Amino acid sequence: MDITTFLIQIMNGVQYGFLLFLVASGLTLIFGIMGIINLAHGAFYMLGAYLVYWLFGITDNLFLAILFSLFIMLAIGYLVERVAISYLYKRDHLYQVLLTYGLILILNELQKILWGTEFNSVPIPAMLSGAVPLTENQVYPVYRLFISVVCMAIAAGMYLLIGKTRLGMMIRAGAANREMVQTLGIDVSRLFAIVFSLGATLAAFAGMIAAPVSSVYPGMGDQILIVSFVVVVIGGIGSVKGAFIGAMLIGLADTFGKVLLPDFASVAVYATMAVILIWRPQGLFGKA
Amino acid sequence: MVVPRPVLVFLLLGFAGLTVFPWVGESFYIELVMRMMIFGIFAMSLDLLIGFTGLVSFGHAAFFGLAGYLLAIVTPESGPVSIWLALPVCLLGVALAALVIGWFSVRTSGIYFIMITLAFAQMLFYFFNENSALGGSDGIFIFYKPTIAVAGSTLLDLDSRFTFYYFVLSSLVASYLLLRILLSSPFGQVIRGIRANEARTRALGFATFRYKLVSFIIAGTLAGYAGFLEGVHGGIMSPAHLGWHESGLVMMMVILGGMGTLYGPVLGAFAMVYLQDWFQDITEHWLLLMGGFVIAVVLFLPHGIAGLVHQISSLLSRAKGGAPDHE
Repeated sequence: MDITTFLIQIMNGVQYGFLLFLVASGLTLIFGIMGIINLAHGAFYMLGAYLVYWLFGITDNLFLAILFSLFIMLAIGYLVERVAISYLYKRDHLYQVLLTYGLILILNELQKILWGTEFNSVPIPAMLSGAVPLTENQVYPVYRLFISVVCMAIAAGMYLLIGKTRLGMMIRAGAANREMVQTLGIDVSRLFAIVFSLGATLAAFAGMIAAPVSSVYPGMGDQILIVSFVVVVIGGIGSVKGAFIGAMLIGLADTFGKVLLPDFASVAVYATMAVILIWRPQGLFGKA
Repeated sequence: MVVPRPVLVFLLLGFAGLTVFPWVGESFYIELVMRMMIFGIFAMSLDLLIGFTGLVSFGHAAFFGLAGYLLAIVTPESGPVSIWLALPVCLLGVALAALVIGWFSVRTSGIYFIMITLAFAQMLFYFFNENSALGGSDGIFIFYKPTIAVAGSTLLDLDSRFTFYYFVLSSLVASYLLLRILLSSPFGQVIRGIRANEARTRALGFATFRYKLVSFIIAGTLAGYAGFLEGVHGGIMSPAHLGWHESGLVMMMVILGGMGTLYGPVLGAFAMVYLQDWFQDITEHWLLLMGGFVIAVVLFLPHGIAGLVHQISSLLSRAKGGAPDHE
């Protein structure tokens, strides 16, 4: 592997890592703050991709489609929290797993009813469809760079939101001590609904922005969910920083796994997980 | 773990019903009941983990499917394989996989355990899904059922539906009795102690890690036995058999039936297989109904059928003035 190919693979890995981070950070926040294990998180990713595919058909503009989809997803996330998730706060993880498993069955089937079972594609917008030349015969697509940049902006935005704003303060406090926050007069149930809705929208946004490069197909949510679980476990459940490091590790492991061991690409991901768990069973930034 | 008398009567009646069923049932329903019994074994094995050891495994289908694949691998395309080769290969292979996966998993608990078992199961799923030599995502056929012969003379002919039905039924009963014996042994006391309070059990001087690992291996091996039967019964193994939808399904059987009761998950398996068949009859979008049903059970029937039965039977015995039954 020469140095340019190596760099391209690194960029691909980082870009995939960023997407994973968007999904995994929602997953880890929802667990860290609300104590909920949400299997339906991958279904939100899928939903985001399908919403964009559908709205692109209507608006013929990717950015408009993403904008509308974001509002729809915020509403869907809020609704799902109120209608289903809010009954689970005091229940065992076992029941959370089952209820969200039931949600997946419903969301996956609704997707099939509404949009069918074919593979669909969303075109890359013209202004981002070019490629950056790296050497005489190797190029890197602009849209992939665009994904990385947008995700970086969102990661920075999340950092500011959680670290510097009043909502972020409530989120951190809620994660540390739920009862105390409630006693201080903060409407925890509304806070939870907002966090869930934001988390769901983050996952959906990853699906939206990835739609032009990954195609839109049934079951796309299941796959990303499992990988995001791996990311969350590696990073330490509840830690956003851990989710970031984990996402990068897995993004790179997956990309290089595909290059070096094409037949068993996904094994690289799980091998990484196994190694880290031998070293730190509670994940890199997890509390024991 | 005392089974209330009305439940015991019901279970014996159920067993009697299953014994005579092949003589009266239509062939379609005989096939369906075989599937129910196989999943009954599968669900009981998961109950050992969830209901008795307190380990919520979300990757239990991995062992079920792995055994099926091992059967497919040792069955040649030209003829049947001897069960004396096939069964040990399947069970040892699955036990080994359970040892490795368990070694990583049981040192964690709670949500970590759920996620790690799921991740390992998916790893196996992708391994078989991407492996074109084993049929890839289409799966692999098992062309011949294994032969059971001693010194050249056939003991049981699994090709006969009657014989195979009773083979499965005896497996179900044997698995139930074995698990009951295991759970009333000192080992069973310890794993239930772990579920109730692991720190205290460790303080009593038990190496809880080892107990949990052994429980994980036993449960995995029994799930593998169910997978072996499923492979023989269905004649095909596909990655879906070890995917997480299957793990969710069997977990649902345990909850619907009532975890920690052993017989409950068997009832749950019967109910879920029947519902699956019924929903599929109603609409092609049956997963919508199944999803709704799963959510309804979580919200309204968290202790499952067995919980309901225990409530009713303790009400009955209280009405008669007798001592209430305990779980």
